[in-house]
Amino acid sequence: MTQPPDPPIPSPVTLPTQPPLLAVKNLSKHYTVGSTFARGGRRSVQAVDGVSFDLWPGETLGLVGESGCGKSTLARCVVRLHEVSAGQLWFDGQDITHAGRAALRPLRPQLQMVFQDPYASLNPRRRVGELIAEPLRVHTRLNAVERQSRVTELAGLVGLRADQLQRFPHEFSGGQRQRIGIARALALNPKLIVADEPVSALDVSVQAQVINLLADLQERLGLTYLFIAHDLSVVRQVSTRTAVMYLGRIVEIGPTAAVYSQPAHPYTAALIAAVPRPVVPAAGAPRPAVALQGDPPSPLDPPPGCRFHPRCPAATALCRSVSPTLRDSGGGRKVACHHPWSAVG
Amino acid sequence: MPEPLLQVRDLRVSFPGANAEHGLLRAVDGVSFDLAAGEVLGVVGESGSGKSVTLLSVLGLLGHSGAVVEGSVRFKGRELLGLSPRELQRVRGGDIAMVFQDPMTALTPVYSIGWQIVEQLRAHTDLSRAAAKARAIELLAAVGLPNPAAQFDRYPHQLSGGMRQRAVIAMALSCNPAVLVADEPTTALDVSVQAQILELIHRLRSDFGSAVVLITHDLGVVAGLADRVLVMYAGRVVERGSARALFEAAQHPYTWGLLGSIPPLAGPRPRRLPSIAGAPPALDALPAGCAFAPRCAVADARCATRPALPAQGAHAAACVLAPEQRAAARERCLQGGVTA
Repeated sequence: MTQPPDPPIPSPVTLPTQPPLLAVKNLSKHYTVGSTFARGGRRSVQAVDGVSFDLWPGETLGLVGESGCGKSTLARCVVRLHEVSAGQLWFDGQDITHAGRAALRPLRPQLQMVFQDPYASLNPRRRVGELIAEPLRVHTRLNAVERQSRVTELAGLVGLRADQLQRFPHEFSGGQRQRIGIARALALNPKLIVADEPVSALDVSVQAQVINLLADLQERLGLTYLFIAHDLSVVRQVSTRTAVMYLGRIVEIGPTAAVYSQPAHPYTAALIAAVPRPVVPAAGAPRPAVALQGDPPSPLDPPPGCRFHPRCPAATALCRSVSPTLRDSGGGRKVACHHPWSAVG
Repeated sequence: MPEPLLQVRDLRVSFPGANAEHGLLRAVDGVSFDLAAGEVLGVVGESGSGKSVTLLSVLGLLGHSGAVVEGSVRFKGRELLGLSPRELQRVRGGDIAMVFQDPMTALTPVYSIGWQIVEQLRAHTDLSRAAAKARAIELLAAVGLPNPAAQFDRYPHQLSGGMRQRAVIAMALSCNPAVLVADEPTTALDVSVQAQILELIHRLRSDFGSAVVLITHDLGVVAGLADRVLVMYAGRVVERGSARALFEAAQHPYTWGLLGSIPPLAGPRPRRLPSIAGAPPALDALPAGCAFAPRCAVADARCATRPALPAQGAHAAACVLAPEQRAAARERCLQGGVTA
């Protein structure tokens, strides 16, 4: 098979003229674990450690990383389900870092979340129509008739039939439940949707339907997504830009096409190489060496210097002592590495 | 052709339905396959396709679920269905070993992993306690646990997910099994750890000469590891072939859809992913004919009768499409799904 040319992935909105919809500045989230009386005493885990990025209207930022890298914590901080320990969070020009319940309430409709397991967020005793209407009841002054017509509209938008609205969540398959979850998130015309592993619980054939649905909705409604997933091929399919997290920090961020075809951080490269591909290797071809050995270290006890150095094939003395900062490397890309792999640009 | 190591013929597994009116629900319906010594067989399917139930019933592990198992399972020429639990227990763990998705279900939290491997060795072999311990440490080293002598005394909760799965594989290998059944062995693991475990399973064949049945929903995992592949849908095998034939010239519309719905990691990015409409059918609402017909873009009147999987031939699909119709049908399937 011949290798196709570089992927023609549409490049993200070039040098945006509008302000970012979401600006995350030096965001950190610490948890305290253990107790004063436990061996080792109280310790602090830096689940998210000084993360900064901007999210522009209409784009999808994909966030990938292995379990424990802090991607879900970051998502929950962004929608203010978690309190932020340090840093700033700006949404649509407002500082929402420490906004209280009352200040957040008018913003909530614009900032919605889609979860991995929609079943966990759907009340099993309510009919699906009522579940989709719930945000409308809480946040709008629509009357019953208006709500009903909006619910039917939303159902059509996500590909549910009107007659299915009378059913209960357990009567739906996983893919349909995720459609219900998406309809609920869309009910209030949000600007930003934070989707945390929205397709990872779904079967492969259904996963593609939901990915396509999210893309359609973005096009029709001008949505902005923060899309979190551990599956690198899913993230490549949906995102305009991709950020790679490792132990609470972003190690690389940039346009999806560039990050995947020319990863600059050794971790990004190794992660991409580790994904099993649905292609049978040529007969007699040597098996590719396993790119990443060992497990991700515990966030309780991160290694000094670059957090990736114990697993990095290119680590030097510098990496073992000095932590690299996320530096601009041109072409809209940033890399946190002392020795980035390929020259970018 | 020598007799296969494991020969499954017309395996049918039924469970009592939740509603009495449904009667028995058939989870596996007429599955046949052979496994040769030293071969890696991939069994692919979505949730509910019957891939795990097939192998659990082969191993006699359906327990008290009230399952009715019919057909024939011959291992080294000996019929396994109908063996007493005690006789089966001698086969399992000895000649046929298992690795499951969640290593914690295979390990007891109250004993060290070394103790658990020694226990298995002592149950199936006549090694002395000291010899079993030495062998256990050897095995822990063979599966790539660093500092195996120290790991011997550690408890499951002290290990990471990948290390636990290695320990379970060490335990599975302890009696030099002829067949290793691995049910989604890497699904719970991170992608970097998954690559390590897959490499380990690949090495087993050369180091231990075990045949492997690899059950997974991930076609990528199968492509890099399996010699032959079965694709299951709604309890039936819909396509069988060598890994190369299946990935390069799949014959069944369901296989086309599955392969098409994986987003590519390199090369051009499709604007939309080809996808299969609808969802897999529930067991109590299986269509009468081809179970895939309601989701198939190229189904026609012929699909009202259930197509059989040809018993002969290395590469075969349970589909009415004639070989010369396939190219055009595939085209339609991969586009048809796009609008769905």
